[in-house]
Amino acid sequence: MEAKTKDLWVFVETNGDGSAKNVGIELLTPGRMMADKQGGALVAIVIGDHVSAAVEAASTHGADQVIVVEGAEYGHYSTDAYAIALCALVEKYGPTSMLIGATNNGRDLGPRVSCRLRTGLTADCTALDIDEESGNVAWTRPAFGGNLMATILCPDHRPQIGTVRPGVFKKCEETAAKAQVIREDIHVEEKDIRTKVIELLRDMDEENVDLEGAEIIVSGGRGVGGPEGFEPVRALAKALGATVGASRAAVDSGWISHAHQVGQTGKTVGPKLYIACGISGAIQHLAGMSGSDVIVAINKDPDAPIFDVADYGVVGNLFEVLPVLTEEIQKARG
Amino acid sequence: MNILVCIKQVPDTTEIKIDPVKNTLIREGVPSIVNPFDGYALEAAARIKDKDPNTRIVVLSMGPEQAKAALKECLAIAADKAYLVSDRAFGGSDTLATSYIISETIKKVEELEGKFDAIFCGKQAIDGDTAQVGPEIAEHLDYPQVTYGLEAAAGDGRIRVNKEVEEGVEVVEVQTPCVVTFTKPAWDPRYPTIKRKMAANRADIPTLTAADLPTIDLAHAGLKGSPTKVKKTFVPQKKTGGVKIKEETAADSAVKLFQLLSDASVI
Ligand SMILES: Cc1cc2nc3c(=O)[nH]c(=O)nc-3n(C[C@H](O)[C@H](O)[C@H](O)COP(=O)(O)OP(=O)(O)OC[C@H]3O[C@@H](n4cnc5c(N)ncnc54)[C@H](O)[C@@H]3O)c2cc1C
Ligand SMILES: Cc1cc2nc3c(=O)[nH]c(=O)nc-3n(C[C@H](O)[C@H](O)[C@H](O)COP(=O)(O)OP(=O)(O)OC[C@H]3O[C@@H](n4cnc5c(N)ncnc54)[C@H](O)[C@@H]3O)c2cc1C
Repeated sequence: MEAKTKDLWVFVETNGDGSAKNVGIELLTPGRMMADKQGGALVAIVIGDHVSAAVEAASTHGADQVIVVEGAEYGHYSTDAYAIALCALVEKYGPTSMLIGATNNGRDLGPRVSCRLRTGLTADCTALDIDEESGNVAWTRPAFGGNLMATILCPDHRPQIGTVRPGVFKKCEETAAKAQVIREDIHVEEKDIRTKVIELLRDMDEENVDLEGAEIIVSGGRGVGGPEGFEPVRALAKALGATVGASRAAVDSGWISHAHQVGQTGKTVGPKLYIACGISGAIQHLAGMSGSDVIVAINKDPDAPIFDVADYGVVGNLFEVLPVLTEEIQKARG
Repeated sequence: MNILVCIKQVPDTTEIKIDPVKNTLIREGVPSIVNPFDGYALEAAARIKDKDPNTRIVVLSMGPEQAKAALKECLAIAADKAYLVSDRAFGGSDTLATSYIISETIKKVEELEGKFDAIFCGKQAIDGDTAQVGPEIAEHLDYPQVTYGLEAAAGDGRIRVNKEVEEGVEVVEVQTPCVVTFTKPAWDPRYPTIKRKMAANRADIPTLTAADLPTIDLAHAGLKGSPTKVKKTFVPQKKTGGVKIKEETAADSAVKLFQLLSDASVI
């Protein structure tokens, strides 16, 4: 389709309680830069049930407009309902580009919507810009498990769409709400939602592992040696108010649940501080955490590849290092 | 149950090295494997067949002739029949074009194999890494989709999928026909038996080309049918210049780390 405007849209995914997922608000930061370069408005799209908190968050983080679709059928994410609503909005307003957070739901919705609109979708981007020559969005993303980066354009189709990794961009400073809020009445009938959620099974130890929203993560790998090896990792995390992460080797060994896994087949995270304990730094692990602001590695092998990405690397036994570090932190924090 | 599993042959990206001089990927000598996530999809289909032996599993790959090696591996593990779709006109397809070609091929294979109740895919291929082809096949066919599946059970015209979500595992029921994509479950997929391996080696794998797909519009296939264009590729820069800490004792190292982190206001 043709773009009707030069506007840039950010899909702000909502949580079950109607608040915004962090990544949607983060994406308003590059969205502002790109909308300005494209010469259009920055528009946040909020779909859900009782979403005033998400609308407020988008308004106070730079959106010029917020388009809201509310209804009980959107309370729990479903591909069918969300794709119908989002496509209807795109067809009505005709934005030139759209950013979607690369969460599980974002990567479920993005391809469904872009395919329905017969346009291009660039997956899981880690850098965004406007191509000087053509004025198209230049989407940059890792492929081959993080071994290669590619910059991709979508020159002849609109909107140009990309999913973007959580944690890559930082939220901008909050300002007074200034966005114009537009409500669209779009409803989806029950028969058009072809999936049904039966139940949610939580992991046994689910203290709700919010890795994507965490400011500090302390992760353990095969080097912790067993389920009890996570004790010093948990103790440090507790002292720092951090979330516990893990490598796949630790998860596959059954020492901790998959909800804690960071990496290509786990969560992509972008905390202010990431502490990797007994993790070698395989490319599939780095794919999930190399966007962290500060990386600390504790590993007894001085040649472990994790040290290549670490800002601070301690060569040593984690069972000796972690308790002392935890104690120092507890002392400092009283 | 009639299940189609989509299989991509991929380079084993854990074996990829970087040419330090040219700063490019070295692809020579990297073994080709069945995309690991497609192995999980095949295992999910095989588990449905374990419960209901009337289940038939067909595998399909789009790619060059050599992708038949991947299809043979799937025949050896659990598949009953394999098809390759291959044509010069399909080269350079992005995910929209790839999923279009695969969905057109599915229509053709259904003429030969009967209608599929479910299309199983991997969550993503470990080379392109987009995780888009499965949902896009679903859209081309107007089927419902469930992504991030861990396991699946079939019955009563529905499939029940245990799906990985942020908060844990969600049990979702989906109407058939449908598309389900699979991520890594807690178990390892089964291995082929010698007997199946020998049979797979003798198996005839038909190759379909564009000419076999009566309804395909080649304007939507290949490089020119692809809305996304790769402008450039490069090897990511490694972050360097981190501080290495190795004091006399581990305790001293820990204290030093604490000081550095405090000084930098990180903690
Ligand atoms: C398709 C695919 C997807 C994958 N997805 C992921 C993913 O999402 N996340 C992920 O993490 N991995 C993933 N992997 C696996 C990845 O390749 C590695 O196998 C895994 O990350 C290794 O985990 P690890 O670093 O904990 O273990 P190892 O590589 O075994 O490293 C253990 C480290 O601990 C150190 N150590 C041991 N004892 C101590 C001690 N006492 N004190 C300090 N250090 C110690 C060792 O020196 C070593 O460096 C994936 C692989 C594939 C093929
Ligand atoms: C560096 C690079 C970056 C790219 N980035 C993008 C991009 O951002 N957007 C885009 O649209 N295209 C992109 N492409 C093109 C894309 O990789 C190809 O279209 C590819 O053939 C399919 O995508 P994928 O490997 O990511 O598969 P995925 O979508 O990750 O695969 C998911 C599942 O679909 C099935 N499947 C995928 N391919 C096949 C096949 N050939 N035969 C049978 N089943 C299959 C498998 O079950 C697989 O597990 C990129 C290509 C390169 C080289």
